[in-house]
Amino acid sequence: MCTVCGCGEGNLTIDGSSHHPHPEHRHEHEPHHHGDGHGETLHYGQGPAHAHAPGLSQSRMVRIEQDILAKNGAYAEANRRRFDELGLFALNLVSSPGSGKTSLLTASIRALQSRMPVAVIEGDQQTQNDAARIRDTGARAVQVNTGKGCHLDAHMVGHALDHLMPLQDAVLMIENVGNLVCPAGFDLGEAHKVAVLSVTEGEDKPLKYPDMFHAADLMLLNKVDLLPHLDFDVAQCIDYARRINPDLTVIQLSATTGEGMEAWLDWVAAGWQQAVTRRRESVAALKRRIAELEARLEAAGLSPGAA
Amino acid sequence: MHEMSLCEGVIQVIEAQAPQQGFARVLGVTLEVGALAGVELDALRFCFEVVCRDTLAEGAALHIRERAGLAHCFDCGSQVEVAQRFDACGACGSYRLQVTAGEELRIQELEVE
Repeated sequence: MCTVCGCGEGNLTIDGSSHHPHPEHRHEHEPHHHGDGHGETLHYGQGPAHAHAPGLSQSRMVRIEQDILAKNGAYAEANRRRFDELGLFALNLVSSPGSGKTSLLTASIRALQSRMPVAVIEGDQQTQNDAARIRDTGARAVQVNTGKGCHLDAHMVGHALDHLMPLQDAVLMIENVGNLVCPAGFDLGEAHKVAVLSVTEGEDKPLKYPDMFHAADLMLLNKVDLLPHLDFDVAQCIDYARRINPDLTVIQLSATTGEGMEAWLDWVAAGWQQAVTRRRESVAALKRRIAELEARLEAAGLSPGAA
Repeated sequence: MHEMSLCEGVIQVIEAQAPQQGFARVLGVTLEVGALAGVELDALRFCFEVVCRDTLAEGAALHIRERAGLAHCFDCGSQVEVAQRFDACGACGSYRLQVTAGEELRIQELEVE
């Protein structure tokens, strides 16, 4: 729902059926064009701060102090609880269009499937093509078409998860809309954001889209098999990314040749194992608690089920 | 980034607050926006006006309180101001910075009647 690329929640569909029809907004936006001597650059973000004191009138002030994204945050927390309860290791895959995310995903699913169940939520503005590509691997996939929207939000992901039920002790890959800007701001409840960057893009992309590389925990540098044909400085790219996010983990790989895939698959398997262990431990803790309560009831002369 | 969604979020908060706080119209909205929140203020102002149409905040004035980005440097321990996530420490030049402020994105107050 960018000012530049579109707006409103109209046209959102989950697997082809429409969802939340909203009225259209009008579009009439133009960026400010600064003649700053640096060529043709359109800057949206250089305006000065304007703070105004409210006028004297019959009106009153109400203090609110609420995060604007609180609503998405609440949905994200609900998703996170569901992921925990179901033993799902949820990853939010973000990248530019064309970074090879879907190919990487299909190659990963084929390699992981023998070890664990994998399900996919596919976000795109339009078409069911990517979900169909995923389903060809045998994995379950649900397509969310955001219509004019430029990112998935936690509410859409919650509904998409309903379509994937029953699902337990699995890896859930959420392929976000190809966009390195907006998805950075929307928590979906995932364990990690994974940024996919291909070496056919510029090595300075982390600097150009800092919010995304800051939000990610893992960067996959994809298509490294093409490096001999390109003028791409891997060390420089990683250095730029770590300027934004000093704790960023980086894995270099090629979904096509399989180079480096093992490190990525091991990373996924380790996270999945933790999610499954956590679920089993919490189920075991609940069972202990129930047994404890039953013992207390019995001690009080109220045998459970006696009623 | 997604200023239209943010403005829709503001309207949702306002609509939820209206019955609780007993107001029927919003004349002004004050937001706190950090320099590192990923928000373009010009785009936000534009979207705000559009999104407010046909709501109880139609025509409301938008006031924005900007908050500077601050970071802690792991290498020299300074607290420094940053305008972008990739800024270096102003004291020692290190990039090992932990952002401590400037990510705010909040509705602070409403002027209502």
